[in-house]
This record gives sequence, structure tokens and C-alpha cells, in this order.
Amino acid sequence: MNLADTVVGTTVTIEGISGDGSFRRRLFELGMLPGTEVTVVGIAPLRDPMELRVRGGSLSIRRTEATQIVVDDSQCRKTRSASESDVSLVPERWLGSMQ
Amino acid sequence: MNLSAHADAEAVTSAKESPPSSIVIIGNPNTGKTSLFNALTGETARVGNYPGITVERRVGTLNIGDAGQKRLTVDVIDLPGAYSLSARSPEEKIAFDALLGLGGEAVPRLAIVVLDAGQLSRNLYLAIQLLELDVPVVIVLNMIDEVADNPPNPKRLAEALGVPCVATSARTGLGLSELKHVIADALVKPPRYRPRIDYCPALLADAQELSKSLPEQWQTGVAPRSSLALWALTSIEDDELCDIPNALREHCNRIRRDQREAGRDIDLEIIAPRYAFIDSLIPHVVTGHVHLPKRKTSERIDRVMLHPVAGFLIFVSVMLLLFQALFSWSEPLISLVEHGVGALQTIVKTHLSAGLLRDLLSDGVIGGVGNVLVFLPQIMLLFAFIGLMEDSGYMSRVAFLIDRVMRSLGLHGRAFVPMLSGFACAVPAILATRTLERKRDRLLTMLVVPLTTCSARLPVYTLIISALFPAQLLFGVIPIQGALMVGMYALAMVLTLVAALVLGRTVVRGRQVPLVLELPPYRVPSLLTTAKMVRERSWDFLREAGTVILFCTIGLWALLTFPQKDATSVAPTSGPNVATLTSTVAHSGAIPPPMEHSPIEHSYGAKIGRALEPVIEPLGFDWRIGIGLIGAFAAREVFVSTMALVYGIGDHDESAVAPLRERMRRERGPNGERRYSPLVGASLLTFFAIACQCSSTLAVVRRETRSYRWPLFLFGYTFVLAWFVSFLVYQGGRLLGLG
Repeated sequence: MNLADTVVGTTVTIEGISGDGSFRRRLFELGMLPGTEVTVVGIAPLRDPMELRVRGGSLSIRRTEATQIVVDDSQCRKTRSASESDVSLVPERWLGSMQ
Repeated sequence: MNLSAHADAEAVTSAKESPPSSIVIIGNPNTGKTSLFNALTGETARVGNYPGITVERRVGTLNIGDAGQKRLTVDVIDLPGAYSLSARSPEEKIAFDALLGLGGEAVPRLAIVVLDAGQLSRNLYLAIQLLELDVPVVIVLNMIDEVADNPPNPKRLAEALGVPCVATSARTGLGLSELKHVIADALVKPPRYRPRIDYCPALLADAQELSKSLPEQWQTGVAPRSSLALWALTSIEDDELCDIPNALREHCNRIRRDQREAGRDIDLEIIAPRYAFIDSLIPHVVTGHVHLPKRKTSERIDRVMLHPVAGFLIFVSVMLLLFQALFSWSEPLISLVEHGVGALQTIVKTHLSAGLLRDLLSDGVIGGVGNVLVFLPQIMLLFAFIGLMEDSGYMSRVAFLIDRVMRSLGLHGRAFVPMLSGFACAVPAILATRTLERKRDRLLTMLVVPLTTCSARLPVYTLIISALFPAQLLFGVIPIQGALMVGMYALAMVLTLVAALVLGRTVVRGRQVPLVLELPPYRVPSLLTTAKMVRERSWDFLREAGTVILFCTIGLWALLTFPQKDATSVAPTSGPNVATLTSTVAHSGAIPPPMEHSPIEHSYGAKIGRALEPVIEPLGFDWRIGIGLIGAFAAREVFVSTMALVYGIGDHDESAVAPLRERMRRERGPNGERRYSPLVGASLLTFFAIACQCSSTLAVVRRETRSYRWPLFLFGYTFVLAWFVSFLVYQGGRLLGLG
């Protein structure tokens, strides 16, 4: 499942981002890492772009780009208010101490 | 007080011999960075440009000094807002260059990192990057007043990061004096700290290896080589940077290839540990649930502002208001300028004896100054609107709402406001492209905005339509003249769209950059910040573009005035008054007897007009229109007064319009046919819709792009396109028997 298909008001967890290098890097640098929770806050009236809440901050991206973000909705939950979405920790496999 | 430096005893690079002189302010967009800059530097800001790029470089002076303390004066540079130091374009590399002292900058003595206290996690990423580069850092937790419960604790953050940290609110002035003290201390004892980021050994080995390929000039003794290598790895790869040495680029590519083969993900290896560090830090700084009342209120407001129906109604209303301001509210101010100029001209004319000097002074110089000043009302109004919309947070919503439409043109949602402004006047619209981040977006917008129906075209359209088209109803219902006017707007929109699509895929091709848009909480806009921006932009326009426009005007005046065949002639010797920018109102007036030889016919301009005839004849234009086109170069509506002069009708007042209309209607060619048929009118309308024959527009494009190439290209492509479309209209019409 990708982020573009996520229903407004739900919080999902990022699994990975495909797409070209600089695009992935840009989103990673904005804190959209695998394991991070993202809330879809809303979608613009013309169906694009979509507004997200990541790490307590607002971020809007276009749907074409959102389709490249693979998400896990197994722990998907309805969020009452977008500002309640929490930060989640970075998976340890990307850290040095595990190697 | 002194919070500074638990400076880790890690190898602190030796200070440079020549003392670096400035402080830089850096931070994410929407962190109140510019408010803080304004608050620290007061009225001292000077606006310039980074070399080679049209990105504003704002420098101010910070004065710190109490009675007891030694007075301290230091320059402060406001760097462009950024989420990361990693750069993919020259614009994004500004911060990196400034921090390392590259590109003509001195190595800064201190970096003030402005964080949004309500969004610590993402904001800290930039701070971590700076610390890794071993730049002396003071951290500012700005907008602390917006965090109601459990605000981040600056002391805890200072302890965790080993550099001083101050909580402020630049808008209310909270914490500013403390910040000044901390800055003063930090200048004496630069606070540095190398955060221990948990990178994996494979990455560190790569960075070690890559640091051998780093260019000499980056080794300014500031940043550790491994951090520079990490910067290179997050920046190089499908980027638009132009000053990366090939060796470094190839080395980066090699490392990327190798890690891909090894099944590693180097991007995550760099970025994830930094966020892991931030995640481990935040529980120490923020205890409990952060309550952001502003964010909550904003979400509620956005339910209306971004609503599919209500949101669009509000959007349309705001844009209509903006357009109305540019189109109508500016009118009294513009006529004030014109009356002032007119009065000055009258004074000169009554007090100086007739002659060249008098004409040069009144029609050339004063007229030219008027031609510059006349743009100010619209520029000021537009930037007042932009300032208020940016500051309140609504500009981001505009981009959010309309991005879908602008995307289909290959542009960012933010390009909407400059495009819309173009329908009033291209000059302020082109100045407004500065609100776009990417050079490519700015260029593309600048190249298509002159195709929109600016208000200066209206007097020309009015003259042509009323003179050459019958005031009849088509099919008994549609008024031909009105329909033509609407048609001209429709044509402009289609042309703008097509031009954006074509140019965006050819001349200013650029990779589609993903949209990253932040919707900041709504805030009460600061009138002071807006007023400051309006003043800066206006002054910049006067100084940079104004002089070019002035000289163009004087040059055109001279073209249409010299040589004077008979200096003692009683006929009006002055050239067209190029400062006449009022929309012409049709007055009825007596038709003066036609003059066979008006003075303008002997001018160089007329010679050029005649020489142009073979070029414009296929479009149905004669040399008289040729002269009019040259006059129109000063400002499109000058076409009307130039044509009046060509026919020797009056001087340059509005009463010339009605007789001119009559004349153009009655003009006959050698075979007794109408010289200006409706078909010629259609061709002329088309030409005016497309050709960028406006020296002021070209002057502003020259200023914004810092090159002659782009204004020349703009002029060239619109002229060629205008010629071909007019040719098709005229010759096609003749084939259809409409001539």
C-alpha cells in the first residue's frame, strides 16, 4: 500500500520510499524515514497535493510522489486531531551500533 | 549569563589568521528567521545578491553594548531558509558556501540556528548538520510563545548539544536581550560541539575514502573532512550543482554504485542515525505532551480555508481583491504620479524658452522619470499583498490550493500570484517571481508572464477595436467589440499556457522537483516586516531597473524627435509623451484638418518605421503603424499617442483619441480601399497580444536574471511568434476573402 491511497485522517507507518535518489533523500531529510508515523491530514480540493503531519510538523507533497512512499497500515489508526500524531523511533538496523 | 560551550575537547580547528567578520542566521522556512534578523539588526539591513544567483543576500549590523560592556558591532547575514544543508541546486548551496567561507564569503564567526520551538524534531536536523561541520553555533528556540504546555527547555537542549541555547519570540521581543548577551559571549569563546552520531563503520570508511577527493578550497580549516564527505554524499547525484569537481562527483558515484551492489542504503545510513540522535535527544528537552494551541486553531481555520467550496470561494475573493488592488486601487496613485509629472513638465515648458534643452528636460528626462515612478504604486501594492499573505501563512495555502493547476504548466503552486499579477502589469509580476525558490521556475514564469493581458494593452485594444471594428451585434446577440475584448483575454490565457508548456520542455527544461510545501500555522501578519519588504523591493526596482527604463525612455524620445527638420516650425516639436500612461478615454472632439507632414515623420524613428515596412507589410501594417510600434516600446499605450503624432493630431492629450479613431477609420489606400480594415485590426491586436515590446519589462527581466541573454530571448521569441501568428491571421483572412 502506498501513501497516496491512505484515507484522510489515518496514521500509517512508512516502510520505504522508492523513486530517484534526490527525491528519497529529500524526504528522508525531512524526517520521513522507514518506521516514521505519518498522518494524512487532508487533500487539496483539486485532489492534489496532500497534507501530511510528520514528526509534529506540516508537510504537503503531490500524489504522484506519495505513490512512491510505501506504508504499512496494519497499525493504522484514526487520529482525532492531526497534531496528536507522535514521533516514532528510527529502526536500529540503520545505526552503527548494530553492526 | 553564560550558557556557552561545554565545548568538547575534540580537535578544534585552529582559528584563521584574518578574523572572519560576520554572523549568519540560518533555519528552516517559517521559523521566524527573518523576524529575528529584523529584530537583531533593526533598520540596518542592506539587500544585495549572492554572486551569480538571484537570491537575496540580506546583511544587517548587530550592535551589542551595555554601559559597562565593550561595544560590539558585527555584520549579520540572513541565509535563505532551508530544511537541510544538502544542496541539489546552486540556490541550496548558498548556506554551505557561506558556512565554509566559499564563494567570496568570509568564514562566519558564528551561526545562529533558528528552530521552531513547536517542531523541534525536523528543525534539529539542520542544527545537527551545522554542528557536524564544526561551525560555532548558538541555538535559538524561536516562537516559544506558541508552545503553551511543556515548552522545550533551552537549558536542557544546551546541555545535550553542548552549545548555548536561548528561547525567544522574535515577534514579541521575548528573549532577545538574552540572545544578544549569549552572542557576545559566543563571539569571544566560539561554542563548538561534535555530536556523537551513530554512523555505521562501512559508511565511515566510505566517508574517509571520499574525503581524499574533496576539493582544496573546501579545506578552509572549518569543517572536518569526514563531515564534508557526508555532505557531498547527500548532495551529489542527479543534482544541478555546477561547481563540483569531476573527481569528487565520480568518486561519489562510485561509492553509490558499490553500496548498491552490496545491498546497502547509503542515504539511510547517513540520515537515519541523525534522526536517531534527535529522537534520543528530544525526551530530555521536552517533557510531556506538547500543546500547540496555534496549530489547533490553524487546523480549524483550514477546515474552512481549504474546503472544496468555501476554500475556493475565499481563494477567488482574495485573488480578486489582489487583482482589483493592482488594477483599480493603483489608479489614483498612478494618476497622482502622472499629474505630478505633467505639472513639472508644464513648469519646465513655461519657464524655459522653446528648444531642444526644454524638450529633452520635459519630454525626455521628466517623462522618463515618470515612466519609472508610474510602476511604483502597483509594485508597492503587490508586495504589500505578498508580504501580508506570506506572513499570515495564507500564501502557502494559495500554493496548496492551486498547485494542481500550476503543476500542469510545469510550475510550482507559488507561481500563481506572479502569473495573476501579470494581468495588471508584467513589471511587478516579474519582480514577484522572487518568491519562487527555483531558478528554473522563476525563469519560466518571467518568460510567459509578458503574454498575459497587462493593463497597458487595454488603451491599444480599445483604440483598434473601436476604430476598426463595427459596433454591431453578431448574430443579433453578441456585440462584436465586446466579444473581441473578451477574446483578447482568452487568447492571452491560451498563449500563456501553451508557451509555459513548450518553453518548460525546451528552453528552460528542468527536472520535476518534488513539491515540498509546509502549511505553517496562521499568524497575525507583522505590518513592520511587510512595510520593510515593500520598501526594499521598491527601492531595488528604482535603483536597478529604474535607471535602465529611464535611459530607454530618453533614447526613444530622441529617436522620435531627431533630426528636427525645421527648428522654427510652429508645429509641435516634441516627441510623444511617453509618460502618458493613463488609460485613454474616448472624448469627442473636433477633427483637425489632416496634416500631410507631421514632424515625427522626419525622425530617425520614422526612418526605422519605414525600413520596417517590408517586414511588417505581410502582416497588413504600413510604416505609420511601424512608427507606432517603435513608440510603443516605451510603454504599449504610447502606441496611441505616437499614432496621433504621426497623423499630426494634437499633442499628447486624451482628446486625440476620438479624432485618431476617425482618421484611422477614414484612411484610404492608393486604390481607395480602407487602409486599416478590420482584418488589419485583428492582425494588429494579435501582434500586440504576443510581442513583448515593452522596454520596462525587458529591463526588469534583465535585472532579475542578471543577464542580457534572457531579455533578448524574451523579446526575440515573442516577436517571432507575434509575427507568425499575425501573418497567419492577416494572410489567412485574405485567403478567406475577409480583407
